Amino acid sequence: MDSMTERDLYHRPTTLADALAVLSETPLRVAAGCTDLFPATERKVLPGPILDITAIEELRGIETGPDGYAIGATTTWSDIVDADLPPAFDGLKLAAREVGARQIQARGTLAGNLCNASPAADGVPPLLTLDAAVELQSAQGMRRVPLSDFIKGPRKTDLRSDELVTHTHIPSHTIDGDGFFLKLGARKYLVISIAMTAARIVVEDGIVKDAALAIGACSPVATRLPEAEAALVGAPVDPMRITREMIVHHLSPIDDMRADAGYRHKTALELLRRTLSPLAQGRAA
Amino acid sequence: MTRLIVGETCHEIASPPGKRLSEVLRDELNLKSVKVGCDAGDCGACTVLVDGAQVCACLTPVAQVDGRTIETVETAEPDLAAKLQAAFLDHGAAQCGICTPGMMMAALELLRSNPEPSRQEVEVALGGVLCRCTGYAKIVDAVAGLAPRAARANGHAVGMPIRRLDGQPKVDGSEQFGADVGPADALLVRAIRSPHFHAVFEFGDLEAWTSTAQVTVLTANDIPGVNRFGVIPPLADQPALAERTARYLGEAVALVVGPAETVEPLDLATFPITWEPCEHAVTEAEGPIAPLLHNSRPGNVLIKGRVATGDPDAALGEAAHVAEASFQTSYVEHAYIEPEAGVAWMEGDTLVIHACTQAPIMDRDDTATILGLPPEKVRIVPTAAGGGFGAKLDLSVQPLVGLATMVTGKPCRMVYTRNESMRASTKRHPGTMHAKIGADAQGRVTGMVFDGDFNTGAYASWGPTVATRVPVHASGPYRTPNYRAEARAIHTHGPVAGAFRGFGVPQAAIMQELLYDDLAQKSGLDRLAFRRLNAFQDGDKTPSGQTLASVGMLECLDALKPYWERALDDAARHPDGPTRRGVGIASCWYGCGNTALPNPSTIRLGITPDGRLRLHQGATDIGQGSNTVIAQIAADALGVPVDIFELIGPDTGITPDCGKTSASRQTYITGRAAEAAGKALRAEILRHTNFSDEAQLSFDAGTLTARENGKTQTIDLGALNAHGYALMAEETYDPPTTELDADGQGTPYALYGFGAQIAEVEVDMALGTTRVLKMTAAHDVGRAINPLLAEGQIEGGIAQGLGLALMEEFLPGRTENLHDYLIPTVGDMPEITSILIEKPDPEGPMGAKGLGEHVLIPTAPSILNAIRHATGARLTKAPALPHRVLAAIEEAALEEKPTTYSDAHLTSDAGGVDGP
Repeated sequence: MDSMTERDLYHRPTTLADALAVLSETPLRVAAGCTDLFPATERKVLPGPILDITAIEELRGIETGPDGYAIGATTTWSDIVDADLPPAFDGLKLAAREVGARQIQARGTLAGNLCNASPAADGVPPLLTLDAAVELQSAQGMRRVPLSDFIKGPRKTDLRSDELVTHTHIPSHTIDGDGFFLKLGARKYLVISIAMTAARIVVEDGIVKDAALAIGACSPVATRLPEAEAALVGAPVDPMRITREMIVHHLSPIDDMRADAGYRHKTALELLRRTLSPLAQGRAA
Repeated sequence: MTRLIVGETCHEIASPPGKRLSEVLRDELNLKSVKVGCDAGDCGACTVLVDGAQVCACLTPVAQVDGRTIETVETAEPDLAAKLQAAFLDHGAAQCGICTPGMMMAALELLRSNPEPSRQEVEVALGGVLCRCTGYAKIVDAVAGLAPRAARANGHAVGMPIRRLDGQPKVDGSEQFGADVGPADALLVRAIRSPHFHAVFEFGDLEAWTSTAQVTVLTANDIPGVNRFGVIPPLADQPALAERTARYLGEAVALVVGPAETVEPLDLATFPITWEPCEHAVTEAEGPIAPLLHNSRPGNVLIKGRVATGDPDAALGEAAHVAEASFQTSYVEHAYIEPEAGVAWMEGDTLVIHACTQAPIMDRDDTATILGLPPEKVRIVPTAAGGGFGAKLDLSVQPLVGLATMVTGKPCRMVYTRNESMRASTKRHPGTMHAKIGADAQGRVTGMVFDGDFNTGAYASWGPTVATRVPVHASGPYRTPNYRAEARAIHTHGPVAGAFRGFGVPQAAIMQELLYDDLAQKSGLDRLAFRRLNAFQDGDKTPSGQTLASVGMLECLDALKPYWERALDDAARHPDGPTRRGVGIASCWYGCGNTALPNPSTIRLGITPDGRLRLHQGATDIGQGSNTVIAQIAADALGVPVDIFELIGPDTGITPDCGKTSASRQTYITGRAAEAAGKALRAEILRHTNFSDEAQLSFDAGTLTARENGKTQTIDLGALNAHGYALMAEETYDPPTTELDADGQGTPYALYGFGAQIAEVEVDMALGTTRVLKMTAAHDVGRAINPLLAEGQIEGGIAQGLGLALMEEFLPGRTENLHDYLIPTVGDMPEITSILIEKPDPEGPMGAKGLGEHVLIPTAPSILNAIRHATGARLTKAPALPHRVLAAIEEAALEEKPTTYSDAHLTSDAGGVDGP
């Protein structure tokens, strides 16, 4: 295959409009950090056709507006770590520091993490606690889908072939409170999670006013835990208010090479409670 | 066009925009310091800086760095890079060198913004680069700017922590590994491999496919010689390309050869072959009842090994205390960061093969047999090996690139992908072991029986070595007067299990050391004291009936005692909470060299007519340091400074055989040959003078001069001797061993090394996760030829032992990459204290003993014993993944009699009998 053909198969537009125009004509594989695309091939050249969105200036970075935060699709984990964000985003920042290692964080993008739809995607639980929505654009227009609806299952999303994820949107009503995140893995760096948990707690006068909890890698799609959240509200932060019964029916873990299902069932509660401990110990006071 | 700014230059690149930056830098800009270890962002070997930020070049499409500044080791700012290079050399931070460029780039990013980083900051910066050799400690020291460790040789070289003599290319990126050599237009070889554990296959219309794809296809039918190889010639059973039946997942059945631009993008799924999957077995339990893999081996038993002495059944019957258990270990992958690679071409009628290897002469002989050539028509030139650890003892690319070159007449190259490397290379044998050990009322071990089945996979490889080494060593370095140990190597359709640092002894040590903790408890003895009571001493007999001399076990255990007491004290003081702390101890012994078989090394030293001193150093240095250590020994034997040698590597065309780099044999056996050659050359030189052996030799400006008592004599180098040298010496050493009889009695090794390690761990009681906080290792090395390199071996061995204990489990077909198969990262390593004990062995060169494998053996058992000490959890399978530890903790909680220890604590309030 000569390089001219390869070049034709690789689009790198500089504007969103151009990207959407190309996408409306033909289905393309959307590439940003390529931290999932390249590992999926042994080839020296990314198999196309490719739509590389990293030259589109308007997709990079985090913007705030009256209705919340918009995290551009090519915003990397490193960008998130370095960004000046309210404490509600601390869970997301902690997750960003735990993705791979620095080389991966410098390339991998938040939107790519969502589109890859791995059950062990580190970005999903903290974003769920922020009530994140995914902004999808096509030449036809824009729609905003709650993250919890966007990821349909392992490697399955609601993304249409003519659509692009342009932003991850965090509504202004969730930027209150403090976030935290814990990842459980069999080694320190470069590790895929056995399980991970995220929490965001709003405390007023020592009493939990609002709580958002999520768990990942324990079900086909990371999930919020509404009963456990409800149990926390109206009392001082107390991890022990969460019981196994409140979370167990949300979990359907599998056996894999990292851990067995029984282990994930057993540790989910512990991990969740520990995610709350730093918030209970005054950070949220 | 893509524009890349490298150094001061802007390069215009015509590559496809989606090409990996790593490939562009290597192929088009010849920046070969950028290493490809996985092509998946899992290893970090290709780490470069893009506008100052570290990224994996393998994950970066070149289009995305248009107009940006790229830095590699070759092109990064010279001052900082030189400082870092010096630090790496001064700390011994580069062993094989394959991860070094990536490590250095990751470090540069950090040091620019933070010139005096903490260890924690260094860890975060280097977290994405894997190293399989060093255990990371010396890399962190180098980056954190600790005071240099290396010293210059001063008079004597032996005993000095000198820099590696071959270190500079490793730190400046110019080292050539298997994928870095050969002409750029070499044809590319790719293999068609079995997608099934066991299958019969038939080729379709090869001719049609070949003509469409414009390539050459080679199968077993094209092999001109005998399509069988194996490291143990009488048991050779492995085809270079399978014939009709594939016996393991990933076995090569055909080769596709052609220009790289044609072969690289080919979709090999279109290759015309039909597979008929057959019944298969992948565990040592299933092996004996599975279809026979080799008709001459009933029950799929490759071989049995046995050592027996005294009456163990009676001894166990009469023992005051008996401990008994079973233990299972997993397939472990070597996971060197350099996948197998090499290139071949013809020079006249000689086939020349440059490839990474640990065993050049064995490669030459087996490749010659397969290709129907006389051995002298095959020349193996080892490239730098980016790690080996045993798996590069077996053939990989050598016969395949050789065949392709013979058929096409053109240079041919092959570079395994990470997946291919993990499928096709050998593994550590999984073992299912059972043992019973008895002790008398005073805690003296009286008898032991051991039984182990080891999964040797589809072909023999080093299975026989494992089956013979394990029974010899399964007692541990402890007096065991009544003993019976049997080990079987069982064929399965799993990956071929071969040599991996320790040949089965690390697995057996887990079994034995676990039972020693039981017996210490039953005897009411401190666990270190129990081991000391039973440890081998000079004059003791091994279970093989060999009388030992120069045993440093007591010295090692005594050196550890203060650390042990302090560690127990620390663990006892740790408050009860979500985590608990524990301490474990284990020992090792290991015979250096082949088991009861000849394995000579020959060293040649020569002085050229123009006064240059050459050392033909045939011990392949895969990172462990023989290029340096052998030179140090030769230098002192000859009486010259170590830095005047010109090193000639293990090229089979010009360097005598120093055997394979395995069995911890090079320092000892090649070292002895080097010592003898050095002395012989010295005698030869002095024969030309009237001086005594006290004379001083010096090489200056092409002149060799001897001095004694103020008199000077210049030696005439005009007359040529053998091999183009004016003066030359060549000496061979082969360890004095004897064959073993049916009960394993004899002298299997001429020399042993000894050691012991303490592990301190913290276990999370609710999550089952284990953090190793500290390892303290005491090893009797006889004589530390180079203490810096010896420490590097200890730290690297501990890293691999920690992986074996806690995270490494190769599941064929499931973990064939470096994100599902986990090896320790910089963040997983504990602080390591190394204590070098020197109890010289008269058989070793200047007293030295082997070390390379010893260091891994005590690590896993000491960690597993520490987990048990912390939690009561008695693991029955390694690795101790969190779910296994948690299950064992829960099981321990149900026990009626909790484990009690009688360890001696430093402080009285923590002393006595107390559980963790």
